[in-house]
Amino acid sequence: MSESAVNSGRLEATATHGVTPALHHQFEDIEQQREAGNFGMWIFLATEMLFFGAIFTAYIMYRVMYYPGFEAGSRGLEASFGATMTFVLLASSFTMAMSVHAAHAGKRRMLLGFLFATMLLGIIFLGLKFTEYTHKWHEQLVPGLNFHPAAESLRGAPEHAVELFMCFYFFMTGLHALHMIIGIGLLGVMAILAWQGKISPENYNRVEAAGLYWHFVDIIWIYLFPLLYLVGGRY
Amino acid sequence: MSGKTPSVRTYSLVFIALLLLAALTTGIAYVNLGRFNTVAALAIAAVKMCLVALFFMHLWYSPGLTKIVVLAGFFWLALMVSFILADVFTRSWISPPGPFR
Repeated sequence: MSESAVNSGRLEATATHGVTPALHHQFEDIEQQREAGNFGMWIFLATEMLFFGAIFTAYIMYRVMYYPGFEAGSRGLEASFGATMTFVLLASSFTMAMSVHAAHAGKRRMLLGFLFATMLLGIIFLGLKFTEYTHKWHEQLVPGLNFHPAAESLRGAPEHAVELFMCFYFFMTGLHALHMIIGIGLLGVMAILAWQGKISPENYNRVEAAGLYWHFVDIIWIYLFPLLYLVGGRY
Repeated sequence: MSGKTPSVRTYSLVFIALLLLAALTTGIAYVNLGRFNTVAALAIAAVKMCLVALFFMHLWYSPGLTKIVVLAGFFWLALMVSFILADVFTRSWISPPGPFR
């Protein structure tokens, strides 16, 4: 097919569907396009649910098998750190929701502002995470690389059980942090698109999809926080 | 459905509720409730998840198809968790027959 034929085909598609350049030719209208995009994103999130779900299942299993070690390991984590990170991440979810709201309303400056706020909160979260990791390194609680815990941090539990808990801690939070880094990258792309004026009230699907991803990562942390930091009991 | 989204007021109220719940779950960890500490922590996490999913992720305002995807996700997750745990925790109940011991 020659170039001109392709172009005329495209023009025809635009003509039959009205004059919204944001609308791809395979969709009837803008609303159908938006719903299809969201549907695809939710399918992806359902697979992510199973991806994280497998690790949560393993966590439940080993927690039942080695409860004293998990309790000691959990008490060794700083609950105040975990709580602060939770507040930061919840705030980022709020600014993300506001970004989607701004994109829907077609307010470009507001969209850019909230996107940057979300990215900033995400970076603060990662900074706190990194600080916590360095604390764990100094406490010699990093399995495999540097695991020589002091007797008081074991609290009478077998050393290998605490090591297993720390494996889960690093694996779960590490995987979560990786998702955060990807999320911040996605928001960076959205900020560039918004800056170029490519996000409009008709076509803000991409911002909405990035938002769904960000909120999903937030939900994972909503579960990680009590499971890792709080189950040991602080009383 | 068509383009209907929550208002800024709804977002703010949900955000405040989430912050209060996060504070509550942290506070409860310092009170001895026995095994109900874990139950309370998971229940609060579930409420927070619902708030984020329904309002921040617009699930409340989404078409039925999207809701089915989410339910299917939870169904498959429940299958995975329950079958794996049922296997692992019942292995010691009966010993394998003679030649396999």
